[in-house]
Amino acid sequence: MSEWKAVCALEEIPRLGSRVVKTPQGEIALFRTAEDEVFALRDKCPHKGGPLSQGLVAGKVVTCPLHAWKIQFENGEAVAPDKGCAKPYPTKVEGGRVWIAI
Amino acid sequence: MKKRKLVMVGNGMAGCRTLEELMKLAPELYEITVFGAEPHPNYNRILLSPVLAGEAQFSDIVLNDWDWYRNHGITLYAGKKVVKLDRKAQEVVAEDGTRASYDRLLLATGALPIRLPIPGNELPGVIAYRDIADTEAMIAASKSHQQAVVIGGGLLGLEAAHGLALRGMEVTVVHLADWIMERQLDKTAADLLQKSLEKKGLKFLLGKETERLEAGAHGRVGLVRFKDGGAIPAELVVMAIGIRPNIELAKSAGLHCNRGIVVDDTLQTYDPKIYAVGECVEHRGVTYGLVAPLFEQAKVCANHLAQLGIGRYTGSVTSTKLKVTGIDVFSAGEFQGGAGTEEIVLSDPAAGVYKKLVLRDQRLAGAVLYGDTADGAWYFELIKDGQDIHAIRDHLMFGPHHLGDAGHAGKSHAAALPDSAEICGCNGVKKGDIVRAIKTHGLFTLEEVRKHTKASSSCGSCTGLVEQILASTVGGAYQPAETKEKPVCGCTELSHGAVRQAIREQKLLSIPAVMQALGWKTPNGCATCRPALNYYLISTWPHEAEDDPQSRFINERAHANIQKDGTFSVVPRMWGGLTTPAELRAIADVAEKYQVPTVKMTGGARIDLLGIPKEKLPAVWADLGRAGLVSGHAYGKSIRTVKTCVGAEHCRFGTQKSMAMGVKLEKMLFGMWAPHKVKLAVSGCPRNCAEAGIKDVGVIGVDSGYELYVAGNGGIKTEIAQFLCKVRSDEEVKEYTGAFLQLYREEGFYLERTCHFVARVGLDYVKAQVVEDAARRKALYERLLYALQGYEDPWAQAVKNRSPEYVALEVA
Ligand code: SRM
Ligand SMILES: Cc1cc2nc3c(=O)[nH]c(=O)nc-3n(C[C@H](O)[C@H](O)[C@H](O)COP(=O)(O)OP(=O)(O)OC[C@H]3O[C@@H](n4cnc5c(N)ncnc54)[C@H](O)[C@@H]3O)c2cc1C
Ligand code: SF4
Ligand code: FES
Repeated sequence: MSEWKAVCALEEIPRLGSRVVKTPQGEIALFRTAEDEVFALRDKCPHKGGPLSQGLVAGKVVTCPLHAWKIQFENGEAVAPDKGCAKPYPTKVEGGRVWIAI
Repeated sequence: MKKRKLVMVGNGMAGCRTLEELMKLAPELYEITVFGAEPHPNYNRILLSPVLAGEAQFSDIVLNDWDWYRNHGITLYAGKKVVKLDRKAQEVVAEDGTRASYDRLLLATGALPIRLPIPGNELPGVIAYRDIADTEAMIAASKSHQQAVVIGGGLLGLEAAHGLALRGMEVTVVHLADWIMERQLDKTAADLLQKSLEKKGLKFLLGKETERLEAGAHGRVGLVRFKDGGAIPAELVVMAIGIRPNIELAKSAGLHCNRGIVVDDTLQTYDPKIYAVGECVEHRGVTYGLVAPLFEQAKVCANHLAQLGIGRYTGSVTSTKLKVTGIDVFSAGEFQGGAGTEEIVLSDPAAGVYKKLVLRDQRLAGAVLYGDTADGAWYFELIKDGQDIHAIRDHLMFGPHHLGDAGHAGKSHAAALPDSAEICGCNGVKKGDIVRAIKTHGLFTLEEVRKHTKASSSCGSCTGLVEQILASTVGGAYQPAETKEKPVCGCTELSHGAVRQAIREQKLLSIPAVMQALGWKTPNGCATCRPALNYYLISTWPHEAEDDPQSRFINERAHANIQKDGTFSVVPRMWGGLTTPAELRAIADVAEKYQVPTVKMTGGARIDLLGIPKEKLPAVWADLGRAGLVSGHAYGKSIRTVKTCVGAEHCRFGTQKSMAMGVKLEKMLFGMWAPHKVKLAVSGCPRNCAEAGIKDVGVIGVDSGYELYVAGNGGIKTEIAQFLCKVRSDEEVKEYTGAFLQLYREEGFYLERTCHFVARVGLDYVKAQVVEDAARRKALYERLLYALQGYEDPWAQAVKNRSPEYVALEVA
């Protein structure tokens, strides 16, 4: 069963940027898009485990800092032709606070 | 909004490529219907020869399978030939009565093989070579018949003859001209080619004109008779004497045609609702019969169909490669030479090697290579770019030395390598993986191969080899990247040069402003263009443009270098390679206090602390900062190190104080961002212990002053720095160095090292700006100093600002 947890204020994540969240389930990357949507992925690239939180964000995709795989926020899948998935976690923003279900 | 209707007639290589390009630009704009006369989805026509030779199956060469059409919502009428085009009603009608009306029509009907207008040309057993049906008919004939005659010794004819020979037939090639492939090769190369084909069992009759084909038993073709009276038996005759644009449909609808359907630079016909691409087209009086130019047309046409209106097709230079396994022939451009040209020839018939380069006005105009075609792709690029080659003329013949021995595979040529050979050392990609990807996905460009295999996508040292593999797998269809005009990335059509110019001319000051002004296709760009734009902005408008941390690669955002396990490395600056006991003590203390797992001397002569978690970086820097240590920028596209030797300060041979000069240069350049990293070295005498010969700027002390060298590189492909000029004083070293680096900062493209920049613009240009024009040099130097004014150590800033970048969030 997953549970909603408050993480931080939206403002604490830079636009087109990210933050790492330490959780009992391991590290999770929180991303904020240009439109202020927030997404969360397990902070491990499906390629060789690179920290996705350190990547560059464009649209709803992060480019892994290690070997430039592109991972999609909505389902965690790598952009073809690469194949692999970083687990996505549900998020919501309410009253300027970011929540994550883990 | 109701979708507009696009109908395409001709389901071949040019047409489908146009649709693919259109899908990238405007996937939702049209409801698309495609008519194809062949009962197949689009396949790779140029790989029919491997199918004939038994090296591939039809299924291997399909480019867009049935699912592709379905997934893109395209209605495909395969096996339905369009017989009527009604331009008034904006409608096409197929043989079986199927109709479709259009808002836009795309004609891509290809070409038809020419049949000799001689008696007997319709006899059973007489075949042209154009599609899979012809190929299958030839394979069937090879099973029940022995003697084949191929009329036409051009590219297609030779590939057909070779395939039939491999299928066990006795094959004679009959050719009208005095040597084979006379449109692509000169006589010397053609003779060599003929000899090696003869060794493979083919026979040749040159200078022969066919008069008639006569029937043998069962009414099938039996004899080929020549004008000179001679004759040879034949149970299969393949006519491969050329093609003509298929313009029947266009002509019947009254569309303006000459040899092909006439189009303008946007691939529009005389009817503005109708576009045309491919072999059916005539553009500026030229028709094409190779796919590379057709793909360029496709790209432009798609852009106009997508209503973006960017880009014009201005014609193509083509290159040829024969796809006969084991034989290497390449030709491009004006290979015949003639008035106003010069030739450089290398001929070694015993070794089976012949090369001819044709020069016109200090530029490479054409090339013929036989036996060793490894450098073909490079020559082709030089021809297309029209690059001035006078500086490299004397070694032009020997190729770019990196091409031959690129990668880690020695100097063997890609075509001769086994499938198991590792091509890309960074990503562990083997030749077989690359060839398979090219064949299964129908790849034609380096970019596409990078995307699918990752080969050449990391350090790039194997690029030459990958290009060779592409060229030898797809032949003339290989499309070398256009180095000059290549778009920055998929988010724009504009090149680096065009973007830089716009930023300067329109005084654009932020990334969103650039994207808006230049019509970026994606809302936030991508990991390729954003760092480039960020650099162009801050280098063009220092102290004015916004520096966007989110558009910098993690290393530059966090001011440390990310490691494979996600930790970081810290390299404090050691000015000129000098350090002190206090600094060393501080480094030792930090290493102990933070349990740094690895402490190492770098190749840049300073100390690296590796394996530090991101959260600890500010604390490490604070400790180092107290001892006066600042960021070494070992992570940035920026000034890196200035290596020095001991010089006149200590060395018995030293003529100049190299350590002091090195420290001055490094202090001057502290915090300098650049298109790529920048490394310097200063040696005290020509023994050059600081290895100044492979640095972006190398300074060598001599008795009367300093010699300055630029554009060296010790990395992927070692480049020896080139002599720029001699100067007398330390102040001049700073001014000339600063001016050269500022020129690079202002005009270099992102990720172009100084060696690539200078190769592109020419050393003469650099000298004209930096050495010969004193006013220009001083202005450049001043602009550099202005840009660097007030730069604050990023480590100190991060410590002071308690930047949240380094702090992890937590939930229980
Ligand atoms: C640390 C160091 C290796 C060492 O332990 O000695 C090093 C480490 C890396 N080098 Fe290097 N290079 C190091 C000296 C060199 C040198 C030697 C030198 O500086 O004198 C060269 C050849 C000289 C030159 O650049 O002309 C060198 C040529 C490269 C290249 C090829 C550049 C090229 O233009 O061909 C790359 C790839 C790139 O930059 O795209 C590279 C890239 C890298 C990267 C940044 C790869 C990466 O993106 O992660 C490595 C970072 C590891 C890390 O986290 O620290 N490194 N690298 C050296 C740091 C020197 C310093 O004090 O700053
Ligand atoms: C054996 C062989 C080897 C080749 N090797 C090379 C090579 O190594 N390198 C290279 O660059 N090029 C090579 N080519 C040339 C290359 O294949 C062509 O340049 C390319 O296929 C042309 O593309 P296109 O779309 O213009 O025409 P096509 O690919 O021929 O497509 C036209 C399509 O339109 C269909 N069509 C025509 N009229 C109608 C109609 N009225 N209604 C419906 N459909 C219609 C045709 O049936 C055909 O399928 C080779 C060609 C052949 C035959
Ligand atoms: S430090 Fe340089 S040479 Fe060594 S593995 Fe990394 S990039 Fe390659
Ligand atoms: S670990 Fe992410 S791309 Fe390799």
